[in-house]
Parts: sequence; structure tokens; C-alpha cells
Amino acid sequence: MLHIPCPFCGPRDESEFAHGGPARQQRPDDLSPLDDAAWVDHLTVPPNPVGPVREKWWHVRGCGQWVTIERDTLTHDILEETGE
Amino acid sequence: MQRYSLFSLARNALSDHQNWQQAWRSPPLRDTYDVLVIGAGGHGLATAYYLAKNHGITNVAVLEKGWLGGGNVARNTVTIRSNYLRDESIPFFVKSVSLFEGLTKELNYNLMYSRRSMVDVVQTWGRLRELKRRMLNMDIHGSTYEQLDVEELRRRIPALTGGGPESRLPILGGMVHPDAAVCRHDAVAWGYARGADARGVELHQKTEVKALLRNVDGSIAGVETNRGTVRAGKVAVAVSGHTTSLTETVGLRLPLKSFNLAAFVSEPVKPLIDVIVNCPDIGVYLSQSDKGELVIGGAPDPGQSFRRDIKQNVFENAVSAMLELFPAFRRLKLMRQWGGALEIAHDGSPIVSRTDIPGLFVSAGWWGGFKAIPAGGYTLAHLVANNQPHKLIEAFSLDRFRHLDFVLESGTTTAR
Repeated sequence: MLHIPCPFCGPRDESEFAHGGPARQQRPDDLSPLDDAAWVDHLTVPPNPVGPVREKWWHVRGCGQWVTIERDTLTHDILEETGE
Repeated sequence: MQRYSLFSLARNALSDHQNWQQAWRSPPLRDTYDVLVIGAGGHGLATAYYLAKNHGITNVAVLEKGWLGGGNVARNTVTIRSNYLRDESIPFFVKSVSLFEGLTKELNYNLMYSRRSMVDVVQTWGRLRELKRRMLNMDIHGSTYEQLDVEELRRRIPALTGGGPESRLPILGGMVHPDAAVCRHDAVAWGYARGADARGVELHQKTEVKALLRNVDGSIAGVETNRGTVRAGKVAVAVSGHTTSLTETVGLRLPLKSFNLAAFVSEPVKPLIDVIVNCPDIGVYLSQSDKGELVIGGAPDPGQSFRRDIKQNVFENAVSAMLELFPAFRRLKLMRQWGGALEIAHDGSPIVSRTDIPGLFVSAGWWGGFKAIPAGGYTLAHLVANNQPHKLIEAFSLDRFRHLDFVLESGTTTAR
């Protein structure tokens, strides 16, 4: 089980959280120069590394805070907590 | 190929079983082939088999990082079924189930194929509506789904004693899919391996593909392995869970995320359940193996993962969900647990497709891919041989993402 660092409550068990999916990639500021392929890539292709991913968790059975963490997909080590 | 039969068994018994041929050869790795298949799992081996059998392409090497049949084909819950939702999906899985039915005879290898119904235990009205919608679509495409009332459901599964009117989610009814089956997973890999080898395909274990290689014109040139460079004009990737790691070595990004899906088995007990029980509302499914063990699967670990173990809380969730419906199982000891990295595409449907790189083909996104092995191999072999998709997989090409023309699928595994 992960121990997810909640900025409000401190490290808590994963069972208190709901997974919120990969952290959204920055939406391009100006869409007009994008071709279809780049836009489809933005919409459908998430990073899928054997290594760190950025993802959101919701402390739904706790304080309700949303947390973004960087977690290794192979070791499950939480590398960085970046807050909301 | 040495045929297995009662006669060959008797003849070999006379020589104390010392003279059986090896099931497949271990030839030296050459530096050029017509086709390379990466991954000696179910899909890779089936593809090699059908390339040789249906298309006469035998200058083929299957490259495997570990050992043959040691990946997700060894790490699943052996459920074969075709109760999917979409017009594009159902015919594909109907074909796969029908290929499975004749496979023991075709491969001359006992798959211990056992047809048994799959019964869904329905506990929410939304789920019932979704399954009835599937039933109507399955009727059109030659698969079968029937509704059961609670009484009939409990008659078919006597161990189902939970889910009464006082429970958190009372059982509303059930659905039965009579085409479903289970079989021995290792035998699928070994049977296809032996059949492919007999037709001239080379199987190379402990041959890890480190990177894909391209020609100057952009087309596929071959692969870089831990045993040197191997060249081929066509390369098919069938490495469930790790597709993106491989395709990104040639800059090909795919709409896939890898997850850990896990399962576990109980101690063996007397025959107790003769169907596959699926409980989609609480996210657990189970069947009883020939050895008597209950084979139990749950929902995936929600975050992306490349691990092959099982997380304690995911495991506990599945067990506590199961005990709501099967309180008597509280007394069972659990024996083994395992997980595998598998991947799901953006829309939940598989990808069997050409890519932007000429000569490179991918078979990926098999969320619950065991049941798809025969049809997946059959259609990928067709695609590799003809460079044109078989009609069963036209909808599963990468082009669908280009046009945002998704095939949203809800029938992939339990809890989805």
C-alpha cells in the first residue's frame, strides 16, 4: 500500500484516497498552429514510462484535498509531492 | 513433429518414457529472417503459428526476453468468453471462442478445454441495463446471453449465499453466457509453440529485444537484442504491458497505459462451483480449477504500474468483496497470488495495427487478452502477411485515434 503525502494530513494510507488519473498535461496555449496529429497526441497519449509518472490522488476519505505526486511505476516509490 | 496419442503414449511407456522428442528445437540465432515476432507469449506464438500455417511464411523467429509462455499467458485467470458490448468487438471474440473449441485437436495438444457457463451476479440496476444492452447486441452477432432471476441464479450457484435483501447491495438477478469456457493456459502457449516449431518457425528464449531499428527510409530494419542485431523486413510486437517501452525506441508513441492486474487461488476443495462467476458490481470474479482451487480475480491497481506482484489493499478489497457474496469462503486459505503488467488503450479496445513505420506491426491493449489469443494471432498473422487488416480487426487499427473514432468498450474485464 502506498503512503501518500497529503499536504494537510501528512502521510496517509492509500486506502483513504481515490485515484484521479495521470496529472493532466499542459494544454497548449495556442491551438491554431497544432496539426491534427499533435492534438490527438495531446488528447489520447499519456506518458507510460517504466519510471516516474505524475498522477493525482483525492483524499476522499480524509480531508478532501487533491494531491499531485510523482510515483515510480516499477518501485512505487513516491519521488515528489507537488501539492495541488 | 511427434504426434501425441494413446498409441504413442503406450509405445513410449515400453521404453520408460526416455525417447520422447523435445517439443520444440533450440536452433542458433541467425542474423536475418523474413518476419520477427517479439514476445513468445500467447499472442506472439499464435501469430507465428498462423503465419506458418495459413500464409506459408516460415522464415520467422519469435524472440522472447524470458522463457516461453512466462509472461501474461501464465498470469491470467483463463476465462474464454465473448460477452462484449460493441459491434466491432463481439464478432472478433466469437471467432476466438470458436477457434479455442477446435484447438486441442488442431494443435494435437490437450488444452483441457472445459466449456462452462459464465454467470454474472447483478447488484445494481445500471449494471443490469448495461448487460441487457450487451445481450441485444450479442444476439445480432451470434453470441449468447440470457437473463436469470434470483432464484435460478442461486440454484445454479449454491455457494452464493450472500447478497440477500438485507445486504448492502442485494442481488437483483443474473445473466448467463453459455459460450464461456476455461482451459489450461500453459498448454495454449506450448501447443502453439510446438505447432509453429514443427512448421519451421524458430523460437529464441532469453533473447531480449533492447530496441527496434529503422532503415534510412524510415521502414523497420530489425531489432537490437542482447545476442546481437537481427534483421527482418517485418517486425510484429506482441509484448503485453511493455509495448510503449519498445515502440518509443523508434519514436512511436501509442495511446496505452500499463496497469497491474492480479489474481490469487485458494487451497483445493471439493467441486463447489461449476460455472465462472462474475460479480461486476463489486469487482470480483472466480471459477474453480480442475485441481479444486478457486481462482479469484479482482479489480486492477488504479495507478499505472509495471509490477508483477499484488498490492495488499487491492487484494483485501477483492477478498472482502467476495466474502459479501460468498461468506462461507471465509474459511478458505489462500495459496498463491500473482499479478501482471497489462495495458489498456485510450478507448478500452485492443490495437492490432500497422504503424506509421512501414513493416512494424503492433498487437497491444489486450486488457483480458487470454481469450483473444487464437483470433489475435490469426488476424495479426493475416495483417503481417498481407499488409492489410483482416475484416475482424479493421476497427482496431491505430487510425481510429487519428480520427477520434473510438470503439469504447465496457466488456473487457470485471469492474469496468
